[in-house]
Amino acid sequence: MAEIRVQHLRKAFGDFVAVQDSSFVVEDGEFFVMLGPSGCGKTTTLRMIAGLELPTGGQILLGGEDVTMRRARERDIAFVFQLFALYPHMNVRKNIGFPLLAQGMPSAEIRQRVEETAKLLRIDHLLNKSVSGLAGGDRQRVALGRAIVRRPKCFLMDEPLGTLDTEFRDLMVHELRELHNRIHATTVYVTHDQMEAMSMADKIAVMNHGVIEQFGSPREIYDRPATMFVADFIGSPPMNFLGFGGGLAKGAKEIIVQGAKVAVPEVREDIAPADMALGIRPEHIRFDDASKLRGAIYGTEYLGTTQIVAVETADGIIKARVPAEIRLAAGDHVGLTLNSARLSLFDKGSGRAVRTAIHDTASQGRVQHG
Amino acid sequence: MSLTTAHSVVAPSGTAKGIAGTIIVAYALISIVPLLWIFATSFKTPPDSIAYPPKIVFQPSIEGYCNLFTTRTRQTPEYINSLGPATGFCDETVRKRNMVIAGPSNFLPRFVNSLIIAFGSTFCAVFLGTLSAYGFSRFKVPLADDLLFFILSTRFMPPIAVAIPIYLMYRELGLSDTALGMILLYTAVNVSLAVWLLKGFIDEIPREYEEAAMIDGYTRLQAFWRTVLPQATTGIAATAIFCLIFAWNEYAFAALLTSGTAQTAPPFIPTIIGEGGQDWPAVAAGTTIFLVPILVFTILLRKQLLRGITFGAVRK
Repeated sequence: MAEIRVQHLRKAFGDFVAVQDSSFVVEDGEFFVMLGPSGCGKTTTLRMIAGLELPTGGQILLGGEDVTMRRARERDIAFVFQLFALYPHMNVRKNIGFPLLAQGMPSAEIRQRVEETAKLLRIDHLLNKSVSGLAGGDRQRVALGRAIVRRPKCFLMDEPLGTLDTEFRDLMVHELRELHNRIHATTVYVTHDQMEAMSMADKIAVMNHGVIEQFGSPREIYDRPATMFVADFIGSPPMNFLGFGGGLAKGAKEIIVQGAKVAVPEVREDIAPADMALGIRPEHIRFDDASKLRGAIYGTEYLGTTQIVAVETADGIIKARVPAEIRLAAGDHVGLTLNSARLSLFDKGSGRAVRTAIHDTASQGRVQHG
Repeated sequence: MSLTTAHSVVAPSGTAKGIAGTIIVAYALISIVPLLWIFATSFKTPPDSIAYPPKIVFQPSIEGYCNLFTTRTRQTPEYINSLGPATGFCDETVRKRNMVIAGPSNFLPRFVNSLIIAFGSTFCAVFLGTLSAYGFSRFKVPLADDLLFFILSTRFMPPIAVAIPIYLMYRELGLSDTALGMILLYTAVNVSLAVWLLKGFIDEIPREYEEAAMIDGYTRLQAFWRTVLPQATTGIAATAIFCLIFAWNEYAFAALLTSGTAQTAPPFIPTIIGEGGQDWPAVAAGTTIFLVPILVFTILLRKQLLRGITFGAVRK
């Protein structure tokens, strides 16, 4: 197992820049998720780490060794593909043993290692079956088996759960994390699914247009989004934004939004007057008739324990997550109070988060995590 | 899940099936008549073969096959009687026509030439075709589209249009009437077909397979050999049959460029002359035997051929 260090990585296909100056470190034994919409450069980054694409610029270090221009087979990594890439002309045993065969391992040892791996993944009863008859989850396990059998420096996974149906996916998310807890393999996992990312990752990098927007623990990314993109991409429903104008002074503790005073976490930097946005997670909104921040109920979405209420305000629709038992009717006028301790402030022009008291607990982009 | 399918399929009615079946059977019968005719003729005696109206029912004879494989000389009955007893069935048949077997005919060596040239060129075309198709499919080849078009364009003209220049070139190069020359020529003609067909097949094989193998410690060539090739067998078999059929049946170049040692069966068979004109049973016998290898090859690979022809038409 080894640490992966990516420095100023860049990849251009002709005029199109897929990855732009990416730098991050995946520590030894860490489960690292690259999250972003399709076309954001996450798969390209992964393929560069694997050696399937060569970078236009930058460096990749595996366990301290510069492998930037090495061939894939010289990197000692394992890759799990979205479509698994199980060889249809080989049975499960041969598929899992295939990487060992490349090393010229004696067949008795291959047999033993394959059987150990299959037992670990609970697919030892399938060893002599053809891969084409397997169910989605078992195919996934065989693909994982082929990756872990060699005990490589790290695992790279490209949306490995993308083709499974929801039921299996939840099961495999659990299994993958459990497997990781057992073998502590450095893992880079690519997905566009925030739920997968949040539930599995030690650390997440959120990517957009080839740029890493934020790098941190799931909690950090959810609670302290570094940009409006991250705030909008993570969370379901995503973070609400209310626009406000004027600058911010260091030490400010309240802002004016739609004529109402709103207490915010203490601002830690001076911001010149510009278009700003106040970011609120839906669960940090409560209804309070006394509040000056007002809106009309637009619609509700009942979810059992909670409900999502869409409220039309002067600045568009915002969504609140409130207890399910509150009775609301479309057209009702309500006042909104916001949980001041959990608000984010953004510069609308750059999309960047303003430094406030919420950033005090941990330095941005770096957090200690189990 | 099983209730919904991508396309609604209407089961054909009984009448529709009946009509379709009748048309297919009728077409199959029409197609097979010439073959049956040739097969029947090969077992007729020379007089029966030119009888009018044609004989449907006749006394079968293997005279055609005897004549195909032998050369004979006419002798006086006295001379024939002075010989010992006939040594075989063919000997006996021939003696009845006042002839004796002088030696083997050229049919067998010509047939062997056909085998060598057709299978040799098919192997070369498929081998080169597979490698170049893989290259076109997986790598950024500069001017790939133009190159592919150029490769295909070699098939635009009828081969006979370039027969004279090739004849002259071959004479200069010493390739006329050599098996090597014919293999090179048929390979050149077939390789364009092979590249295009195989590129289609290889494009359909996800590149993740090789990438997985390369990450797992194999070189690209090993990855190609162990993961791509086994999955391309269908396409390779289908392509091989098409190439083989072309090379096996090719007449124009063979007639022009081969005359002796390297002559193939197609230009040889029509030249089989018997006593007093064309020996039709021998020609038919030659044709019948000529059909056998391609028939066997096609039957052996018929599954792949069928899958190959419909490949890509239906997505899984």
